[in-house]
Parts: sequence; structure tokens; C-alpha cells
Amino acid sequence: MLSKRIIPCLDVKDGRTVKGVNFVDLRDAGDPVELAAQYAKQGADELVFLDITATHERRKTMIEMVKSVARQLNIPFTIGGGITEIADAEALLNAGADKISINSAAVRNPILIEELAKRFGVQFVVLAVDTKHVNGKNMVHLNGGRLITELETENWIKQAESLGAGEILLTSMDHDGTKAGFDCGLLSKVNQMINIPIIASGGAGSMQHFTEVFQQANVDAALAASVFHYGEILIPDLKQELKRNEIPVRI
Amino acid sequence: MEENKTKEKSSSGDLGVGIVNYGAGNIFSLTAALERQNITYGMIDTVADFEKFSHIIIPGVGHAGAAMEKLQQTGLVDAIRALKKPVLGICVGMQLLTDHSEEGDANLLAIIPLKTKLFDKNLGMKIPHMGWNNVDLKNNLLFENVDSETQFYFVHSYFIEYNPTFDIAAVTYGNKFSAAIQKDNFYGVQFHPEKSGEAGERLLKNFSKLSS
Repeated sequence: MLSKRIIPCLDVKDGRTVKGVNFVDLRDAGDPVELAAQYAKQGADELVFLDITATHERRKTMIEMVKSVARQLNIPFTIGGGITEIADAEALLNAGADKISINSAAVRNPILIEELAKRFGVQFVVLAVDTKHVNGKNMVHLNGGRLITELETENWIKQAESLGAGEILLTSMDHDGTKAGFDCGLLSKVNQMINIPIIASGGAGSMQHFTEVFQQANVDAALAASVFHYGEILIPDLKQELKRNEIPVRI
Repeated sequence: MEENKTKEKSSSGDLGVGIVNYGAGNIFSLTAALERQNITYGMIDTVADFEKFSHIIIPGVGHAGAAMEKLQQTGLVDAIRALKKPVLGICVGMQLLTDHSEEGDANLLAIIPLKTKLFDKNLGMKIPHMGWNNVDLKNNLLFENVDSETQFYFVHSYFIEYNPTFDIAAVTYGNKFSAAIQKDNFYGVQFHPEKSGEAGERLLKNFSKLSS
């Protein structure tokens, strides 16, 4: 049976992971390679690296990091952040990235989804969507939730699927950072509309929240950052808890 | 590509793994996995290159029809069909071993008489089949020291029909299909061993030790 995936998300700036981590046996919590290997060892099913570098050296730094990760990591990983054109995606693919995640570039130029899918296959293209509830509607936001767009989340995701997105990473900005649980209602609604995998993001605070999002929204994967980075939830414990709740996981 | 690391040379005069270099997708992850396992490797660009290696891998990501066209352009097709060395096709590389794919309605290498089909959308399963799935392994040297029901990482929208003659590992997603096949010296795996954790690395190691 296909397992539900658990995906730690690592923020990377200038080739270093940001946000502290307190795994006991890590020598350098800022080293994305060592951190990634540690997560793989713990049983993470996949990793997402979100590059938040703002300098114009970013592409070079990111490619070097991706190569280092791909040399060491024996599970799939996705790279997101700052991908605006085919050349960015191709460089990442050749450096060993399994998937790329695009967000604002796709909103500005939806055809980018189609071009990427045709060139590299739908399995390579993850569409990241940041959504926020505004006046009774779910609206797509950019810049970490600060900038509202005219797109309704459900419509945008349907459009992206038809253009060739292979997977949706849906982050609820209302839930993100609250540690009060995923937005199971919206995730369930979106999940029923599409025929591609969906990753739930935003709001994870406890193991119970992961159980809920898999049981209530039947999502394919759940992503979290801080609960993993700060050791509040250990992946082996989480997998055991999910298994106890009869959710298929890889142990 | 460099050919280094020869720690694991086998007694049978192992020359390492040649990767058929026909431009179908990125092979960085594959070469990285081989390096982690200390398996010597190099690239196969010409027919003469086949002689340099004891084992051959046909990688492949993306569109099977397009991959077959690229493979034909290399002029390596007849040499591949004639190989007597262990050959491993990975993902689309596995599908190329079959007769035909519904992807691009393409005729393929026709080494193993099977068909590659599109997942049935009416089964209500998401496409692509993406993620870790349990694999029901048959007794085969390729899976030595890998537990049956071990999970491997899959990413694909087309599958190879289940056929008990050639199946060496099965997986269920909507319906049951082949996760791995074998005919004589030709092996294929639908999942990505280079992305399947320790079990995948074990499989690559096992392949590199198969005798001709």
C-alpha cells in the first residue's frame, strides 16, 4: 500500500540551514547535508529545501548545495524558492534535485507550469500555494502571505493541475505558525477536486495533528518545519503513532 | 565522468557499471548512489564502450516514447539487444525493455514481451503513482538481504502489466503490476533504487555483483 509521506522542510539561506536544531548527534546544525542525512536516517520520506537567499549569488550557492545534498541523500528531495525560469529548473535537475517547487513565478506566469511539465515531466513540478481566508473566500497569497492576489485558491489549483503540475503543496497561512493543527477542511475540499498528490502544510503542532490531517483530509503527505527542527516531534515516534492509527507509513 | 573507487571488485573480474548515456533525464542521483556504494561506473556513449563494463544500467526519466527516440539516435539499440551481461533498466529504462508503451504509442526494445500501460483513471487513484510502496519480492539475487514487503520509492504514470513469467516483484496501486521484471540477463525495476534508502542501495550493490 502506498504510504503517507512525512516531509520535513528546511529553510536555507546562503547555503546554510536556518532555524536551530537540537538533535544530539549533529555536529553542525547549519549544514544542510548533515541535517538532511539525519532526517533520512530518522525515517523522513522526502525533504523540501526552501531557499530564502536574497543575494544575486543565490543560484550558484543553491546549485552547490543541491549537489552536496544529492551526493549524500538516499531519499527524494524538492527544491523551492526563487525558481522563475526553465534554466533555473534545469540546473537544479542536473544537480540532482528530484522535484522543484514553484510559487509566485507560476502565479505571474502560469504557462511556466506547462513549460516545465513538458520539458521535465509532471513528476518534477510541485506547485506551492500559500492560501489565506479572506471575506469568506480562500485567496492565493504571495510573499509569505503578505501580498494577496486575485486568484481563488481552489480555482488556481484546478488550473495548475490542468497545466501540468504534478503535485500541490498547500500551505494555510491562517494555520502556519499556530501549531493548532492543519486546515483539514480546506485540504479535504481541495484534495477531492484534484487527481494529483497533495502535501498538507501549515499548523503542525502535535502528532495528533498529523493523524487528523491524514484521516480527515486523506492528503498524500504532510510537511512541517519547526516541530521537527526543534525536536518537538521525532519522526520515528510520529510514524509509530500513525501506524497505531492505521495510517499506512514507511517504518 | 571519473572512474574511481574500485574497492569492491569481485572475483569474476568486475569492470564496474556502464550507464547508457542517451540524455533521458538526470543521472546525478544514480551516480551518487553508486559512489556511496563504492561501485565503479562510467558512461556508455558508443557501442565500443559496452566492452569496458561488466554490468549495464539503462536509466530513464520522463516520456517513454521520447526516451526510445533518443536511444535510437545513439545507435546503441542493437548492441543493447545483443547484450549477455547483466542489464538493469530503471523506471523508464525498465519500460524500454518491453515491447510497447501506451505513452506516445511507442514500440520499444522488445527484449521482454510485455506491455507498458497507462494507469486506469477510472480506478480513482492519483496519477502519478508517487511515493513509497510495499513491494512483494520473489526470491531473486537482485533482492538478496532485502526483506519482502520492503518499501521502495516510485514515481511514474505508466506501469508494466503483471506477468508471472517475468515478474520478480509485484506492487499494488489500484491494480497489481510489476515492480521488477527479469528475462535472462535483463532486469528492470520500476522504482528508483537510488532514491529508496538503504534497501535501494542494497539492490544496486546486489546488481553490481550479479555474475554474467
